[in-house]
Amino acid sequence: MSALLEVEELQVSFGRTAAVRGASFRVAKGETHCLVGESGCGKSVSALAVMNLLARGGQRSAKRMSFAGTDLTSLSDREMARLRGNRMAMIFQEPMTSLNPAFTIGSQMAEVLTRHKGGSRAAALDRAAELMGRVGITAPGMRLGQFPHQLSGGLRQRVMIAMALMCDPELLIADEPTTALDVTVQAQILRLLASLKREFGLSILLITHDLGIVARVADHVSVMYAGEVVERAPTAELFRAPQHPYTRGLLSCVPVPGRVQRDKPLGSIPGIVPAIGAGFAGCAFRSRCAHANETCTRAIPRRPMGDAHDYLCRLEPGWAELQPA
Amino acid sequence: MTAAIEVKNLRCEFRVRTGLMAAEKRVIAVDDVTFSVPAGSVLGVVGESGCGKSTLARMILGLLKPTAGTVLVDGKRLFDLDRKARARLIQPVFQDPFASLNPRRRIKDIVALPLEAQGAFSRAEIDRRVGGILERVGLSAAMGERMPAQLSGGQRQRAAIARALVLEPRIVICDEPTSALDVSVQAQILNLLADLRRDLGLTYLFISHNLAVVEHVASEVAVMYLGRIVERNETDALFRAPAHPYTQALLESVLTPEPGRGVPDIGLGDIMPDPSNIPPGCRFNPRCRIAVERCRHEAPARMVRPPQGMVECHLA
Repeated sequence: MSALLEVEELQVSFGRTAAVRGASFRVAKGETHCLVGESGCGKSVSALAVMNLLARGGQRSAKRMSFAGTDLTSLSDREMARLRGNRMAMIFQEPMTSLNPAFTIGSQMAEVLTRHKGGSRAAALDRAAELMGRVGITAPGMRLGQFPHQLSGGLRQRVMIAMALMCDPELLIADEPTTALDVTVQAQILRLLASLKREFGLSILLITHDLGIVARVADHVSVMYAGEVVERAPTAELFRAPQHPYTRGLLSCVPVPGRVQRDKPLGSIPGIVPAIGAGFAGCAFRSRCAHANETCTRAIPRRPMGDAHDYLCRLEPGWAELQPA
Repeated sequence: MTAAIEVKNLRCEFRVRTGLMAAEKRVIAVDDVTFSVPAGSVLGVVGESGCGKSTLARMILGLLKPTAGTVLVDGKRLFDLDRKARARLIQPVFQDPFASLNPRRRIKDIVALPLEAQGAFSRAEIDRRVGGILERVGLSAAMGERMPAQLSGGQRQRAAIARALVLEPRIVICDEPTSALDVSVQAQILNLLADLRRDLGLTYLFISHNLAVVEHVASEVAVMYLGRIVERNETDALFRAPAHPYTQALLESVLTPEPGRGVPDIGLGDIMPDPSNIPPGCRFNPRCRIAVERCRHEAPARMVRPPQGMVECHLA
């Protein structure tokens, strides 16, 4: 499968803080790729770096960062702006903060199309209404004239998705798109994204902290910890045979309905994510890892395990099966 | 034995205006809620945003006066007690520890405040109790010297728990205590809350939108929809055989980490519940996939559900 987005050894820093330290991931055409990890692991910053939307002071560099064959690092700000919202679109966690409260839904949606593709405002509004229907918004004609605050959270996220689709993007970057929503609405939005992927041949880079979402919607997964991709694998493989101790720890933290043993504590990962300063070497997870030893302070090999599965750890593939239960 | 929390026919109405000239609307946030929580147990309350679960919590804490009905905490009416006595009996832990901790005070001062407010403890006694509770929730003495901004989210929630427990209350209202935390930290906090309950004999009312979390911590679960408890039962019974179609939909919408199963179609439709415009008949009927004609004009009665629960549905 050819890759639509390829990121190799991405580095992002804000002053002396390294937010992303050599992350590599690729999104194939027509697939959903999940970046999963906890707050501060660099998953959102990686996506913003791809879009060249880093906050002031953010520095990015990468060995390779290409989108549909175009080298993103060589683009000027103006060329990048032409790509954004057009061939690659992004939706965020809280739609209320990404919609302008002072303009109607219709005018915000129409602007996306007229700015990138030209054409009349009336044609753009028609397109907006059509897409709103497509993402399951009833009475789109009425919604176009409304303001963001008049819509529920689920509707606002649907508007964001419709707006992202205005220019027929190839890549949709969705940063925690359902975190602010109720579980019932979350299921609807995720189903919508899956159907759009099928129908429009959309590729999706989905950023989430929720392993339940990862399991249900991702084709491939990259697990991030402290600015690195510590494990990547096809989804079924990751859940069947997770190798990195962090991935295994994360999975043990998730309570699974119907399999709850109330008298037993949940699995948890002791400690907190360390601050990573300049000159940090070795495994960033070692201070929280039960399997760490002195070799973990040195450079850690990336271990391949089968076709598309690899992880960053001193432990050999299959180590977990050798552990006493 | 006296129930730790006893709520009878509780109701809360707000009057709101949506615009300067708009007519006043009545929002019924909590409608005829009755339940009791035995001492030492955990009642989980689940439901979507706007279902009234936090309003219910505020009434039980005595922060909001009910429009009708009674709340008994440890057999006493909260409004008969003064603030000091109330604080010794019942305490809250909220969702966002950053918003609920004073950013300009050290952690140990924040935790000491409830003791100082009682006006009955010497400085030495306050220091001793604060040190003890910080250690109990897993914060070092050095952490106590820090400001909230210098702590991680999990550590801040530990501090909020320490402040809630420093007066040794019997009952703690946890309103989404882990929703703002990462999963690995969420598990630490849930385990801590479980240990504390066991060791100190606490009673929890545990509000969450996360059903998996509620199943893990609660002995009994109440499902709220548009201000009413539509189903309540022992946790195992409710999760094994949910009777109300809304409970069923909520359970189906939990995305367990099982690859290949896709995202379920829970069939709730696009109509969002609006507490200022409660539908006639069964309030869930516009979103219900099995609703019949009767559901549209007749509100369902409260029916007994074994082993010791209830459900409000014509078809259950």
